[in-house]
Amino acid sequence: MINSLLWTPLVFGFIGLLMPRRYAGWWATLGTAVTLGLAISMVIGFNSGAGLQDTVDVNWIPGLGVDYSLGVDGLNVFLILLTSVLWVAGTAFAALREQERPHLFFLMMLLGETATLGSFLAQDLLLFVLFFDLMLVPFYFLFGAWGTDREDGPTAAAATLKMIVYTLIGSLLMLVAAIATAIISAQDGGHLTFSIAELAKHPLSEGSQRWIFWFFAAAFLVKMPAFLLHGWMPDAYRAAPLPALAVFSGVLAKVGAYGFLRVVLPLFPAATVEFQEVILVIALASILYGSVMAFTQTNVRLIAGYSSVAQLGFITAGIFALSADGSDGAVLQMINHGLVVAPLFVIVAILAERSGSEDLREMGGMAMKAPVLAALFLIVTLATLAMPGSANFVGEFYILNGLFASKIVFAFVAISGVAMSAYYALRLYQRTMHNRKPAGLESREINLRDGIVLAPLVLCILGLALYPQLILKRTDDAVQTRISAVEKQPQPVTSLAKR
Amino acid sequence: MNFNAPHIDYAALSPVLALTVGLCVVLLSGVFKPLKRAAPGLTLITLATTAGLLIWRWDNPQDLVSGALRLDDLAISISLIAILTAAFAIFFSTREPAVEEAGSGEYHALLTGSVLGMVLLAQAQNLVTFFVAIETLSIPLYILCATNLRREKSLESGLKYLIVGSLGSATLLYGMAFIYGGSGSTDFAGIAHGIAQKGVLGDPLILIGIAMTAVGLAFKTSIAPFHQWTPDVYEGAPSPITGFMAVATKAAAFAVFIRFFDVALAPQVEDWQPALAVLAAISIVVGNVGALGQDSLKRLLGYSGVAQAGYILGGLVVASEDGVNAIVFYLAAYAFMNLAAFAVVIARERETIFGDDIDAVRGLGAERPQLAWPLTISMLGLAGLPATAGFIGKLYLIEALVEGDYTWLAVFIAVGTMISLAYYLRVVAAMWMRPGGEPVAAPAIAGASPEADPIDPGAGRRLYLVGPALLAAAATVFFGVIPQPLVEFAQHAGASLF
Repeated sequence: MINSLLWTPLVFGFIGLLMPRRYAGWWATLGTAVTLGLAISMVIGFNSGAGLQDTVDVNWIPGLGVDYSLGVDGLNVFLILLTSVLWVAGTAFAALREQERPHLFFLMMLLGETATLGSFLAQDLLLFVLFFDLMLVPFYFLFGAWGTDREDGPTAAAATLKMIVYTLIGSLLMLVAAIATAIISAQDGGHLTFSIAELAKHPLSEGSQRWIFWFFAAAFLVKMPAFLLHGWMPDAYRAAPLPALAVFSGVLAKVGAYGFLRVVLPLFPAATVEFQEVILVIALASILYGSVMAFTQTNVRLIAGYSSVAQLGFITAGIFALSADGSDGAVLQMINHGLVVAPLFVIVAILAERSGSEDLREMGGMAMKAPVLAALFLIVTLATLAMPGSANFVGEFYILNGLFASKIVFAFVAISGVAMSAYYALRLYQRTMHNRKPAGLESREINLRDGIVLAPLVLCILGLALYPQLILKRTDDAVQTRISAVEKQPQPVTSLAKR
Repeated sequence: MNFNAPHIDYAALSPVLALTVGLCVVLLSGVFKPLKRAAPGLTLITLATTAGLLIWRWDNPQDLVSGALRLDDLAISISLIAILTAAFAIFFSTREPAVEEAGSGEYHALLTGSVLGMVLLAQAQNLVTFFVAIETLSIPLYILCATNLRREKSLESGLKYLIVGSLGSATLLYGMAFIYGGSGSTDFAGIAHGIAQKGVLGDPLILIGIAMTAVGLAFKTSIAPFHQWTPDVYEGAPSPITGFMAVATKAAAFAVFIRFFDVALAPQVEDWQPALAVLAAISIVVGNVGALGQDSLKRLLGYSGVAQAGYILGGLVVASEDGVNAIVFYLAAYAFMNLAAFAVVIARERETIFGDDIDAVRGLGAERPQLAWPLTISMLGLAGLPATAGFIGKLYLIEALVEGDYTWLAVFIAVGTMISLAYYLRVVAAMWMRPGGEPVAAPAIAGASPEADPIDPGAGRRLYLVGPALLAAAATVFFGVIPQPLVEFAQHAGASLF
């Protein structure tokens, strides 16, 4: 079951190479749909009290102590569902449009899905690192080969290279750190293993935890991206083809946040407590910087991109509140953000097709003749700004609740992020949908082919708004066990913000 | 008179004997007209026989020729890598102009001779056999580099390699003399015994000797700062020879490197360890930075080889069983990745007017996917991305380094890999992200260079190039996904020493 979920996309991708060009896209969409079906049946069969389930554990490289070990628990079950939902949307959206070299494009899309699912499912530290790095390969090709070259900036290939170098800086250090974790842990007696559950039972000495923590944090913070490590984001986002960008921004950024919960909190609890405030400062800086940049950008992709920086900052803050509420909210918010940002990029693509530009200054008045598009966009916008009633509101509420309980000063700063998100989300909506219609812009209603991509995503947002407990109930158990490892740690003596 | 002839174990010497006989047969085949076209086939038969005999001796370590040679699993695994590479080089040499100019029999005989040197070198555990083997390996290569007689660069490459290589050999020999003087033995075991009494630092004679031996070996394995010859020689030499040199020479030299340092000098590990670790770090930085600006693919692979040698040296530094395993694994992976790349470079060299310039692979993804895929996999593998043998190899090396308390060198490998992405991915980007094929017109000064006309416009479809390329790329991916067989192969090598 879990194996077929993981490998179905890739198998479809390879078979797709034999399909006629015209059907390559639809075949790929079918592959993602089958994966979605498997993911849904997995969620239905999920038993929220049972911990890790559906496990597979095979000795992969016995000589090196690496296992092929997968499993589902409350932490990743909905992220897997999110991945498969967004991939269906992204692939279908791409299939509806003419692609150059479609065979390769869809192979890479599906390889990307397998790699992403793999990094969510992996229960072996090294397997996690492997899938984490593997995610880059398909997106390197997707962004570089199908991206748009800018006249006033780097070519798509150059922008993508920058992204790869940035993200691999983190991941390669993470590889060293992962190996060091296993070996140091094996030195205290015991055999060499990379199993996350096994490693969590024997935490390292505090001295080792310190540097290993930062190697992992670097990888995850670049991926999100967090403030100061986001240098690759603007160029890469402007170059990327939109269907790929939708899944990239919707899912891949979450792998970083997920990594903190899956790997860092259980394995390095002492370092987590020690550096809690440093990470919180980075998270708040991301919120402020991301929001301010989203105010001022005129490129619609970058508004979405910088808003993601802010949102991921929020999620990181939730995780590093180191309380169950904060992490619950963070997991919920990861799903929410994925569900919001992917339709946002689909809308960006639709807008760009109508206005011939991705610049906010050349848009406006679109709502006049396109009420359905405007309505869908409005729902996405309201979810982005965490309107009460949306699941995003619940998520942010949980995060802030957790943060207030542990670090009240940081919570006050984080609140400003909520207010700012209202500004940039509404600014994006108004400048594109309202205002005067500039010349040359064609206001057209959303057509059926885009509607069938966009509408289900919006329905997911609405569904989750009505029933966020669907996720909260199932994640809580898993989150509690992660937090309890950290709570056992003694608090550091000096503290920036005492309660 | 009573004369006791030394016992000769013909069974264990059979691989060397087979190569020697094969060498003579191949050389003579060039003399007889009806056999002229048979040289490649005869060489392949020789190599296959040798490989078979080596596999027959697998897992059966023994000392030969009064302890001058040792045929153990390390020797066998390294020899097999060298033989595999030579076999690929023979396919690559089909319709290579250099072969026509030098004479097919001579060319292939020299290649076999070089392999003979490598097989001997992998077994050497005496300073005399060590030096004789390294010269047997090198001298044919000096000539092979210059076989493309009508190309100035090839001649230059041969001469340069001869001079620099001789310098390396001289340094090595000088160092050996010092070691003999200090320890009173040419035998590795005897040296270890001799040094154990005084210690490395206690005797300047031995210290200088070891340092010079290390320098000599660094020349052969192209470890910075003794790598300057590498890019020039790689660029000038006929490409099949470059591919052979890049992989096989490195493998064989590392075998004796391991035997000398990790076995003979193992008790003094703390004395030489830091020095070699620094060499490895320098090599990683110099190689990776040097490759950044290269437009010639062969130069790029040359510099990348310098960096990779630095990674491999890391496995030697820790002087542990895992370290040796990691080296053998990495060398095998490196062989597959490099051979895939060279196959494509050779095909494009013959097919286009760009030689080995990066322009030669522009737009390859659309034009010739059967070539673009192997080169892509090779580049991703060399860069150490997952699902390739390169990733597992780096994983193995880093594991050995962390275990041996050299985590800082492991971080160096990670940093070096980051830099390396910039040039490996540049090649990938040229293939998939840029349109190609427009500038068919010859360069402005057409006729000035002999490469102005493509040698073989259909080279990209020739089975003897595409086949090896796909095979090597498939092996790279296969051992990236199912590495266990190769891990076990490498573990035999390490187990035979420790």
